[in-house]
Amino acid sequence: MQAAIKKPRRSTLFWMQLAFTLTVCAFLIVPVLMSMTAGVTLNYMTGVSGGITTQWVEKVLTDYRGPILLSLQLATACLACTLLLGIPAAYVLAKRQNAFTRAIEELLVMPVAVPGIATALALIVTYGSSGSFRTSWLFILVGHVLFTLPFMVRSVLAVMSSIDLKTLEEGARSLGANFTQRFFGIILPNCSSGIIAGSLMVVTLSLGEFNMTLLLHTPLTQTLPVGLADTYASLRLEVGSAYTLVFFIIIVPLLIAMQWASNAISQRKRT
Amino acid sequence: MNTAGNVSIRLEQCARTYEDGTRALEATDLTIQAGETVVFLGPSGCGKTTTLRLVAGLDEPDEGGKVWFGDEDVTAVPIERRNVGMVFQSYALFPNMSVEENVAYGLRVRKVPFDERSKRVRASLEMMHISDLAKRRIDQLSGGQRQRVALARAIAPRPRVLLLDEPLTALDAKLRESLRVEINRLLRSLGITTVYVTHDQGEAMALGDRIAVMDKGRIAQIGTPEEIYRSPSNAFVADFIGTMNRIFGQVASGLLVFPGGSIPWTGPTPTAGLMFRPEDLKLAVPGSGNFMAQVVTAFFLGDHVRLVLDTGAKDFVIARIFERRNFTKGETLEFTLNPQTLVSLED
Repeated sequence: MQAAIKKPRRSTLFWMQLAFTLTVCAFLIVPVLMSMTAGVTLNYMTGVSGGITTQWVEKVLTDYRGPILLSLQLATACLACTLLLGIPAAYVLAKRQNAFTRAIEELLVMPVAVPGIATALALIVTYGSSGSFRTSWLFILVGHVLFTLPFMVRSVLAVMSSIDLKTLEEGARSLGANFTQRFFGIILPNCSSGIIAGSLMVVTLSLGEFNMTLLLHTPLTQTLPVGLADTYASLRLEVGSAYTLVFFIIIVPLLIAMQWASNAISQRKRT
Repeated sequence: MNTAGNVSIRLEQCARTYEDGTRALEATDLTIQAGETVVFLGPSGCGKTTTLRLVAGLDEPDEGGKVWFGDEDVTAVPIERRNVGMVFQSYALFPNMSVEENVAYGLRVRKVPFDERSKRVRASLEMMHISDLAKRRIDQLSGGQRQRVALARAIAPRPRVLLLDEPLTALDAKLRESLRVEINRLLRSLGITTVYVTHDQGEAMALGDRIAVMDKGRIAQIGTPEEIYRSPSNAFVADFIGTMNRIFGQVASGLLVFPGGSIPWTGPTPTAGLMFRPEDLKLAVPGSGNFMAQVVTAFFLGDHVRLVLDTGAKDFVIARIFERRNFTKGETLEFTLNPQTLVSLED
C-alpha cells in the first residue's frame, strides 16, 4: 500500500481565526510602534520619509531628566518598602490562618479596588496640611506603597501557601535553627519566585502609576507618567512620542532582566 | 558513628488541650529508657502525634505537665535547643538546597567547623547508602530517597533523641518494607533513644522495643510487641493489633460450650467472651478436634489461606491456615483450639 502523504488542508475557520488574531495584535501593537516612530521623526505628519532625528529624545532627556530620575527613585524606594513590609506581612498571613488574617488579606486589596484618585484625595485630606511632607517625594511614595503592597503580599503569600511552610520551618527548628537563621536560610530562598514576581509587579506599577500620582505630585515632584501627560498636553506630539520611547527604553530592559532572574531561579531549582 | 550520648525521656502528667477545647492528650506518664525505641501506635486522632510533639518541643503540655530528658527539665525548652533529630511524614527537606546541604544544615546552624562538618555529612550519607546522591537537588529524588536524606539529616548533628513521625506512610508498600529494615538497622547501630509514631502495626512490631498503643488521648497499653500481641489488656488493643476472634459461651458441667465447640473450663462464665488469634485455630484430623465450622469464603494469600468460618454465632470466625489444601465453600472443617491461647478480657 502506498502511503499517501497528504498535507493537512487548513480549514476556512483556521484562516479566519488567524486573520482575527493578527488583526487584534495589529490593533494593539501598531499604535505602540507608531508612537515610538513618531518620536524619532522630524515631523509627525510627514512620517519617517521626512527625516529621522534624535532631537526630541534629547529634548526629553534634558527637560524631563528630573521626572525620569524621580520615577526611578520612587520605584526603587517603593520596592524596598514593599519588600520590607510585604514579606513579613505575607509570612504572618501564611502562618496564622484565622478569620482576622483573612480579613486583613481582603482589606489589603482595597487600595487596588478603590480608584487611585480616591486614595490620593484621602491622603491629601489627611496629610495635605503638613507642608513639608505634602511637597516631598515621600508623599507620592506613600501612595505608591499603598497601591503596590497588595501585589507583593499576594504573590509572596501564594508561594508561601504552596510550599509546606509550617513543616519546613519545623524541620529547620528541629535541626537547631533559630528564627533569623530559618527566615533567611529557608523561608526567603524558598519564596524567591514569589518575591521576584511581586517585585516585578511593584516596579512596573510604580513606574507607570498615573491616577494617584497626578493628584499627589507638585510641580517639583513630577514623575515620568505625569511628565508624559504634560508633554502630550502642552508640547509637540513628537516630544510626547519621544517620551514614550524613553519610557520603553527604561522599562523593557528592566522587565527582561527581572524575567531573566526569575527564570534563572526556577532553572536552578530544576537542574 | 557515636551519638552525643543517649538520654532517657520522661513525661510527667503531660496533657494537651487545644485552644478550641479539644482534649488531644489526657494526663500521661511515660518513661522511655535511654537507648530504647518506643513506638506510639494508634488510629488517627488518638494523640500519638501530639505526644511526639510534646517530646520534640514543638508543643508544650498543659499547666502541670513536665517533660524530662534525663535529669534536665526541658518542658519550656523549644525544639531548636533540645538537640533532637526529627523525621517528618512529608520529609520537610529544604528544596533550595542539595542533598549534601540539607544534611549539613543542622551542623552549619550549630557552627560546626567545615572539616568536621563535611566528615560528618559524608558519614551520615554513607550510613543511609546515599553517598552518590550528595550533589542532587531534592526534586530529583524519589520518595524513598527523600526519606533516606531526611534520616541522614536528622542523625548528622548527633541528636540526643530521634523522633520519627510516620516516616514511611507516604511510601508504597514495597519501599516501606525495605526502608523499615533500614531504619531498624540504623536504630540498632546508633543505639539512640527513639520515639516512632505510626498507625501501621507491622512497623510497630518490627521496630519497637516497646509499643504504646494509644486510643482517645490515652495510652491503652504499653509493652513489648509480644506482650501487646499475646496478652492485650483490653478489647481496643486486641482489635487494633491484628485480628481477634471473639466467642461467647456458657459453662456447663466443667465445659465452656460455645457455638462450634467446647473446651474444659472451671470458674464462672466469661461474660465479655474469649478471644483468640486466627493462627491459633489449627486444622484437625476429623474426630480429634474441638471446634467445628463451615467455610464461608477462603482467600488464597500465597503463604497462607484466610478462612472466613461460620459457627452459627453472630460473628464469623477468621482462621489462618498454612497447610497446602483446597477449601470449598460450605465445607465443614474440624479444628483444634488450644485453651491456652484464649485471652479473656473483662471490660
